[in-house]
Amino acid sequence: MRKFVLTVAVAALAIAATSFAASAADKTKIGFIYLGPVGDFGWTYQHEVGRQAVVKELGDKIETTFLENVSEGPDSERSIEQLARTGHKLIFTTSFGYMDPTLKVAKKYPKINFEHATGFKNAPNMGTYSGRFYEGRFIQGIIAGKTSKSGVLGYIGSFPIPEVISGINATILGAQTANPNIKIKIIWVNTWFDPGKEADAAKALIDQGADVIMQHTDSPAAMQVAAQRGVFAFGQDSDMSKFGPKAQLTAIINNWAPYYVKQVKAEVDGKWKPEETWDGLKEKMVVMAPYTNMPADVKKMAMDAEAAIIGGTLHPFKCPVVDQDGKPVECKAAHLEPGQILSMNFYVKGVDDKFPGK
Amino acid sequence: MGLLEAIILSVIAASTPLLLAAAGELVVERSGMLNLGVEGMMIMGAACGFAGAWLTSSTFIGALCGIAAGAALSAVFALFTLGLAVNQVAAGLALTILGIGLSGLVGAGFVGEKISPAPNLYVPILTGLPFIGRILFGQDLLVYFSVGLVAAIWWFLYRTRAGLILRAIGDNHTSAHALGYPVLRIRTLAVLFGGACAGLGGAFLPLAYTPFFIPGMTAGRGWIALALVVFSSWLPGRLVGGAYLFGAVTILQLHAQGLGLGIPSQLMSSLPYIATVVVLVLISRARVTAGSAAPASLGLVFVPDR
Repeated sequence: MRKFVLTVAVAALAIAATSFAASAADKTKIGFIYLGPVGDFGWTYQHEVGRQAVVKELGDKIETTFLENVSEGPDSERSIEQLARTGHKLIFTTSFGYMDPTLKVAKKYPKINFEHATGFKNAPNMGTYSGRFYEGRFIQGIIAGKTSKSGVLGYIGSFPIPEVISGINATILGAQTANPNIKIKIIWVNTWFDPGKEADAAKALIDQGADVIMQHTDSPAAMQVAAQRGVFAFGQDSDMSKFGPKAQLTAIINNWAPYYVKQVKAEVDGKWKPEETWDGLKEKMVVMAPYTNMPADVKKMAMDAEAAIIGGTLHPFKCPVVDQDGKPVECKAAHLEPGQILSMNFYVKGVDDKFPGK
Repeated sequence: MGLLEAIILSVIAASTPLLLAAAGELVVERSGMLNLGVEGMMIMGAACGFAGAWLTSSTFIGALCGIAAGAALSAVFALFTLGLAVNQVAAGLALTILGIGLSGLVGAGFVGEKISPAPNLYVPILTGLPFIGRILFGQDLLVYFSVGLVAAIWWFLYRTRAGLILRAIGDNHTSAHALGYPVLRIRTLAVLFGGACAGLGGAFLPLAYTPFFIPGMTAGRGWIALALVVFSSWLPGRLVGGAYLFGAVTILQLHAQGLGLGIPSQLMSSLPYIATVVVLVLISRARVTAGSAAPASLGLVFVPDR
């Protein structure tokens, strides 16, 4: 029911956007589809920051429209098509669940270009882009391994999909470089967003002895609990230090702005091409928030690791990678290949938890 | 602090918003009204409660704002279902949608702000007692209020004349009307009371639980409150037990995962709902022995002149 209403609201927005846009026909129109509200302080908020950067940079040549709260799945098709039909030349669809709808609309409108975030399906007029967030997780792991006194890290998981699994694995691999005996407790909350439940999970982890909390869910609730209980935590998607000035060690910031500016510029110049972009710390699509609340030597370790990842001398999934049963994972190069990371469905050695569903 | 004590403290916090919202809905349903808009009233209570607390730096005023917002939204429901005799299910669902949208609008300016959480009770000596100290004497005031509220509702329903009239209306509005009782007025008051409770339950989230506001932060707790009323078979005493059982299952499944007990988290999350279905089956199998108090006129439209 809620989905239905959101769709209606979105359609209304789209119509409003159409009537607006008629006035400035000579500017290139760029569209954005958002999963949440722009004020979610996480995933959608960062995409909105990217859109604003585009407007700031290229505002005289383009105009932008965004639709927020668009549910994933078939319903989103209507919203994407609305943008396509109202003269938008380049459309960013910013969540995994928009993959098939975007592809469908892209086939229907071959002259319009599409960019889909975090997916794996392409077309001559549809590119994909995502961030190598596991690089940031590895650095967080190093910091957590150094910081934890109890030797137990607490991890709040959303859903056991490859992106979340690779984050957990990168964290423990990073933490093992600082403390080989580090333990990690994982709690799945089966939601991306439920502040109360995220807070409960954080409390449960702390009560069970974890003293560094990290999360792959979208609200700052866990950070706040960590601050109240006097333990440490990492921000997710955006800098959450405001919710725990003395608790946040660092945060992985999803920095879409440079990419959005680059792609929109290419579109305006008529040079847009579909690409499979998977950028990390080096390209600044993944950015670390300031390293705070840690001693100088830990900060240095973190910065060294960041520099090494950027320089290409350090890879979180350097071979050999051993799974939790002690079996080495197939390795064709010096480190796991992108495809292996994007489809990761095993825990590495050191994670005691049972793999979900196995 | 021992693990058991910590778990009990978390359970109490997780149960309180459910208990507050469900207590109000219980009174609404005992009067024969079915307001499915609890989720919408809760999220409005959360948005306005946070706004009030942020603007005045007072948890108490925040709680009052939450109550007022929930009651105001329920007044819309009363207008449509009692004033215009609209279908209650449709109006209630619409109310949820309205509340979710409106709260996003009201709360938009407050996203990313934070407040200090509601202070906890502190009684010298008693709060310091081992184990039971913090559980019994160290909660925030809303927790005590929620339990007191249910006690007051029990007393009202079973020990006062007004409560008897309210129950009579819920069981047979035509007869109550024939006896001269103001059916619509009493139901309006019940609906407003339910809205106020839901608003307070929603406000508990940003005021005491996670002291910030984000759109949609009630995340379905209103629906759980509705299930709780059925689970309690419309009896206040069972409602308290049910709310704490629902809260306990939520918290225990998180702890079970952290301890690596290997129980699928999805199964644990669904337990309260399975329990609700079982209760429903038991009620319909043995209406008398199960002691259900399902109001006979629940959800039926009543127009005095027809």
